[in-house]
Amino acid sequence: MSPAPLLRFEGVGKTFPNGVTALAGLDMEIRAGEFVSLLGPSGCGKSTALRLIAGLAEPTAGRLAWAPGTDARHSIGFVFQEPTLMPWANVFANVHLPLRLAGQSRRAAEPAIMEALELVGLAAFRDAYPRELSGGMKMRVSIARALVTRPRLLLMDEPFAALDEITRFKLNDDLLALWRRLGCTIVFVTHSVFESVFLSGRVLVFHPRPGSIAAELAIDPGQPRDEAFRTSPEYAALARRASQALASAMREAPEAALAGPGAA
Amino acid sequence: MPASRLRWLLPLGVLALVVLGWDLVVRLNALPPYILPGPGLVLETLIADRAVLFGSLLVTLRVTLLALACAVIGGVGLALVFASARIVELSLFPIAVILQVTPIIAIAPLMLIYLQPDTAVLVCAFIVAFFPILANTTLGLNSVDPNLRDLFALSGASSWQTLRLLRLPAALPYFLGGLRIAGGLALIGAIVAEIAAGSAGQGSGLAFRIVESGYRLNIPRMFAALLLVSLAGILIYLALSLVSWLALRRWHESEIGRMR
Repeated sequence: MSPAPLLRFEGVGKTFPNGVTALAGLDMEIRAGEFVSLLGPSGCGKSTALRLIAGLAEPTAGRLAWAPGTDARHSIGFVFQEPTLMPWANVFANVHLPLRLAGQSRRAAEPAIMEALELVGLAAFRDAYPRELSGGMKMRVSIARALVTRPRLLLMDEPFAALDEITRFKLNDDLLALWRRLGCTIVFVTHSVFESVFLSGRVLVFHPRPGSIAAELAIDPGQPRDEAFRTSPEYAALARRASQALASAMREAPEAALAGPGAA
Repeated sequence: MPASRLRWLLPLGVLALVVLGWDLVVRLNALPPYILPGPGLVLETLIADRAVLFGSLLVTLRVTLLALACAVIGGVGLALVFASARIVELSLFPIAVILQVTPIIAIAPLMLIYLQPDTAVLVCAFIVAFFPILANTTLGLNSVDPNLRDLFALSGASSWQTLRLLRLPAALPYFLGGLRIAGGLALIGAIVAEIAAGSAGQGSGLAFRIVESGYRLNIPRMFAALLLVSLAGILIYLALSLVSWLALRRWHESEIGRMR
């Protein structure tokens, strides 16, 4: 019994003006409250799918069907691959940005901003400038900025790809804790098999050129995601299944087979 | 000795050596002041003629700063127009380039025919100071992180909000770099135009003093006026560097690197 879909992709295609087809015939479902990962090699269109959800691009075929009554565009948080902070503004002002653009003054927004900073454990750094923070801390600020509007849907585009493994593990743990606490829906784009299996309740494996879904992997949502899980045989088995799904998706893609996985 | 103090002492020491060498050359060869005055005589002249020379310095500084202010308003204003309408940029930018690449000394005589000498000097200084501000600000306004642009779009930012909160701050380091170049160029433009005006102009800036002293073979005063021109240039550069430091010290790499 799956929860109600928040959003459904119905035969969605996206072809860019330069003729590159990023997505074709993409059918998928995002369910309310779930943590779903889009797994695939670079350039398989998963980031494009995320941009379509955010409304930063429009599909050229098919449609995105939102659940009735969703005020979609206004309850979306987006975390980019880079922290994408404004270097001229301190942490507080960076997190304030989405609320400021919505017309909330500094004073009115302060409780929400401080709460978002508490959530990522950076309340003490409110006056620091981005250049004074480490890569992991900058990413935390970026997450706080995405959370400050209390979005129902959080879109994350390979947010931890540029971080070292130790920092990435820590942020993975913290992200899961945040997700449980806030109860929002998270769509997480990654090219890491291990990250996708550790984090999500569902992994959607993309195959490239043109991007669409090759396989779906469900992971028991009741499974505790902790250090023990990270080293357990179940985790290894799930990761192996995801890897195999990814490998066969790569073989199916005609151009990728010619170019080889290294070029994908 | 700490490296920071060395940074000041070394150039000052070299400068002192140059002045000392100059003095020695004049003394040992017993050069007459109308060929080459010694540094002492230049300093004496500077003090003796201070009323005339400092008055001229003020005239030159005023023209330079006025031209710079006009260049900032015009350059930033036009850059904003360029940034909002690409078609305007495509049509007007080549004209700005033509103005920039034509040597100001060749334009100055024309200006002197059509305009009052004072206005002509101001316009010449404006023309040379205008381009670096326009070019740099345009570059800066277009150098916005595409992800931040997406974030603003996602948050439903109006184009005014995007300009004020994103594009203008992103352009600030570029603008300040252009301003520092423009400050020096405005002074050069003002001096060149004044020299072109020469005795025909009733101007009384430093360049006019140099030309006038040359005609009268008052070489020490020529040097004194030259010294003031250099001082004016240094003063403008330092002031604009200070502005740049005040605006960027908290966040921009160019000013953070300086403090380390």
